Amino acid sequence: MNATDKKSVLVVIRRSPYGSSLAKASLDVALAAAVFEQPVSLLFMGDGVLQLLAEQESRAIGVKNIGRLLASLPLYDIESVYVDARAAAHYGVDLSQAPVVMQALDGSGVHQLMAGCDHLLGF
Amino acid sequence: MIYSLLVLSSPVSGSCTQTAAAFAQCVIARGHSIHRVFFLDSGTYTGATAAVFPQDEADRIRPWIELAEQHAVELILCISSALKRGMLDQSEAHRHERQGATVHPAFIISGLGQLVDACAHSDRLITFGG
Repeated sequence: MNATDKKSVLVVIRRSPYGSSLAKASLDVALAAAVFEQPVSLLFMGDGVLQLLAEQESRAIGVKNIGRLLASLPLYDIESVYVDARAAAHYGVDLSQAPVVMQALDGSGVHQLMAGCDHLLGF
Repeated sequence: MIYSLLVLSSPVSGSCTQTAAAFAQCVIARGHSIHRVFFLDSGTYTGATAAVFPQDEADRIRPWIELAEQHAVELILCISSALKRGMLDQSEAHRHERQGATVHPAFIISGLGQLVDACAHSDRLITFGG
């Protein structure tokens, strides 16, 4: 892949962290895009905001810790992380305690983000 | 226009994978091209070569084989999703000392880089299922 092939990808994450394997799959896609140096952004919406809860103890159910995976996003140079503020408020998720730093967006912010990307991968 | 598809759901749950295959046929019929179909998560079950469908139900793998054979559409199963679901081609079966291939030869097992590459080389990437 050369520089002219770069397309911005927005990964929209709507899955709760431990309800299915799709939560992990969506993050794997984001990490792969970053590894291959494609510009990638993440947007947490709906049930997906539950991935942002602090102190996830997934070992008890024998599943990899999604919170810890999110905390590693800056190591992959993924810094464009967004959350639908309304969904976070709906679920009572305290974003100041989230495993990764992110920007909260209102409805029109979400719309702009989606309209501005080349590809939208919806999970 | 160049399209790629991302298929997330199992072929036996709902109708998403059948819709995806029908969409691919329509795209080609309209003069566009399908660069690649990437199967992730439960979507990788689509490649199950031993799946048996009741006579009064649609064969879920046949439309994909036709796309591969008639239009050279690349069908990629995500390796990490596929292996943990027992979806192995001949070389993976050999590598992991399993009895034999469980994936139809029209499908290729490869990494997530193929999805990233599909994004970079397609005008549209359409997600099905999930």
